[in-house]
Parts: sequence; C-alpha cells; structure tokens
Amino acid sequence: MVTIQKYVRAKTLEEAYTLNQNKRNRIVAGMLWMKTGSGSMNTAIDLCDLGLDKIEETEEQFSIGAMVTLRQIELHEGLNAYSSGAIRNAVHDIIGVQFRNSATVGGSIWGRFGFSDVLTVFLALDTYVELYKGGILPLEQFAKLPYDNDLLVRVIVKKAPAAVVYSAMRIQRTDFPVLTCTVSQVDGQYRASIGARPGRAMLVRDDEHLLADGITQQSAEAFAASVAERVPTLGNIRGSAAYRTHLIKVLTQRNVLALGGL
Amino acid sequence: MEIKIKLNGKMVVDNIEADLLLIDFVRSHGCRSVKRGCESSNCGLCTVLMDGKPVLSCSVLAARADGHTVQTLEGLQEEASNFVGFIADQGADQCGFCNPGFVMNTISLLRENPDPTDDEIRAYLSGNLCRCTGYEGQLRGIRNYLNSRKD
Repeated sequence: MVTIQKYVRAKTLEEAYTLNQNKRNRIVAGMLWMKTGSGSMNTAIDLCDLGLDKIEETEEQFSIGAMVTLRQIELHEGLNAYSSGAIRNAVHDIIGVQFRNSATVGGSIWGRFGFSDVLTVFLALDTYVELYKGGILPLEQFAKLPYDNDLLVRVIVKKAPAAVVYSAMRIQRTDFPVLTCTVSQVDGQYRASIGARPGRAMLVRDDEHLLADGITQQSAEAFAASVAERVPTLGNIRGSAAYRTHLIKVLTQRNVLALGGL
Repeated sequence: MEIKIKLNGKMVVDNIEADLLLIDFVRSHGCRSVKRGCESSNCGLCTVLMDGKPVLSCSVLAARADGHTVQTLEGLQEEASNFVGFIADQGADQCGFCNPGFVMNTISLLRENPDPTDDEIRAYLSGNLCRCTGYEGQLRGIRNYLNSRKD
C-alpha cells in the first residue's frame, strides 16, 4: 500500500495542477490501481470536489468528467444508446459493481493501462481528451504520449454517426482481459482498437478498404487478418504473443460480423 | 486531519492519518462486520455503502469519505433480516467470512433492482468472492426470498 503524508481536496484545477508539478505528489482518482502499488507520496491530490463527476450530453457530444465512475458510464442511457451498448459491455466484467463505483474514467484513460477495457472502447469512437494545460487532443494521439504532470479534465465523445461492437477474452469473468477488441464504423470509416496486447490499446483503420464493399464472411476475415498483422503482441502470464494474435483475428472477425448484423 | 462521517446514522468526528483506509476507520469505530480480504479490490468482503452505493472500503481513503454517509451491516440489520434467513436456510455459507460483504451488496442490488433475474443477480454479485461454496446456495436463497415476496 502506498503511504500518503498529506491529503488535499483541490478547490480549483489550477490548485490541483500546481500541486501535481511536484513529483512527490500524485492525483488520486479511484485509487484502485494506485493502491496495489507501493512507495510513498507527499500529497494525494483529490479532484472529487471539482464537479468532474458528471456526464453532460448535447446534440454534438458527450462530455465525461474525469471523476465519472465506470458504473456511471455503464448505466448512462445516452452513452449506451449511442454505442449500441458497447460501453456497457466494455466495463460490466471489470471486477464488480463495488469496484466500478469507485474506478473512474479519468483514472482509466490517464493511466493508459494495457489491460484497459475503457481505453479500448473509447479509442474506437470519435473521442478526445481535454487536458488542463494541453487542451483538447484526439484520444488516439493521447494514448501514445508518455506520462507528464498535466491533468485530465474530461473525455469528450463526438456524436459522429457510429456503430460499435466490443468484446474481450478473459480466462475468467472479472479477471484482467487477455485481449480486448472494439470494431466500429465511425463516419463511414471502419476501425478496430485492440487492447491488452498486452501493451496500450492501439487503433487501426481499414486503410486497405477491405470492408468498403460491405461486410461478408470473406471481407470480415480479410480485415481481421489485416488487423492481426498490424497490431504487435507480446506474451505474459495470461497468454503468449501467438495466442493473442490469434485472438485478434477471432474477436475482430466476430465483431465485424456482428457490426454487419451477420 | 479531522474528518466527519455519518456512520450508520451517527455523526463521527475523528482525527486521522492521510492514508487511513475507510475499512480501518469503520472497524476502529466498532463496525467489525467489515472484513479485510484480498486487499487488492477484488473480493468484496469489505463492501460498505457510501452515499448508498456499494464501494470497497479497502480501496477508499477515509479522507475521501469526509462529509459523506457510510453504512455497514451493523446499521442495516433490519433490511438484511428480510433475506438473510433464506440464505441461511440453503446452508449457503460455510465459513461465513464473505457473508457481510455479500449481504451488503445484495441490499444494494435489491434497492436498485427489486426483482432481478438470476443472471442479473449473478452479474451484480460477481464482485463478491466466496471460496467455500459455488455461489449456488446464495443464489437459491435470494431467489427463494424474491419468490416469497410474490406469494
């Protein structure tokens, strides 16, 4: 368990940002992952009083505060109607309800954890992150960046016309995933995001237009093979690199077929 | 630092260390039903309700709970008594260590969804691990309780 000398509920984002410039201080979100670690910090900076625990929906977008919990996005009707339930599917096997009532979207996205179902599903949508100093940038770009001392304020999902299917392979329900996969069609463009590879989730597009003439068994197979070829995998305790590459083909193909109603 | 938590209906004021966990806070205030299990946010033994929502008290800072309402099984005996007898009738518990967390999360389930299907029960309680049983006894107990309400 990490030890903490001082706890501060930030009154403003500026206060949180200033405190976070000290390397001995850290932002605490749900604290679920951080708690499993060790070491010490001077000041735990809590964003819980900054009103970032709300999901705001307009005609153009969803704005998800960094302190919104995974349970909130699981139950949010608008988000799940827009994503055809993909967001609910992505989080509903993460440990249990109690865990999801504490774990936050901001913590999951900021952490860019390799095992993150959350990063995988949002990556396949038209998603942006709002950083306190860094401004708004595409999640695809953010997912590749190294960690710094900025603050993640919100996750923004643009309501581009989209169809989305999510699936994951777990050895056992509620365990970490062996592989996560989202396939989407956003603004007419097919994409697949693959996580738990076991590195950070990454997005690949149908640049070869394999699905351009429609979804069939053959085109789904071709796209899945292309994704598997382009996404690097590694082995760990949950599965070998070869197994993960095989899973990419299987899950991507299944998701594409589901997207096509086949 | 000083915190104020409404614990099982009573306002509790205490001076705590910044890294005190909620489980240690509630246990130090007499709520011994809250059990320490995996300590890695997986098992559900330490479930308490914070502002009515189930959370893992082993993974929440007591400081985060400052100004909030916390309930443990000690404060929800009457609500729990509605269905725990049905679980006991099934012999669902062996060692019983998981039981308080299980009961707390069942209370939350039934508040949120008063008439859940078996799959909904399994899904909601998937964060409560029991290493003695196969969960079927608990499921039968909850199902019998739900059926009894319809009779």
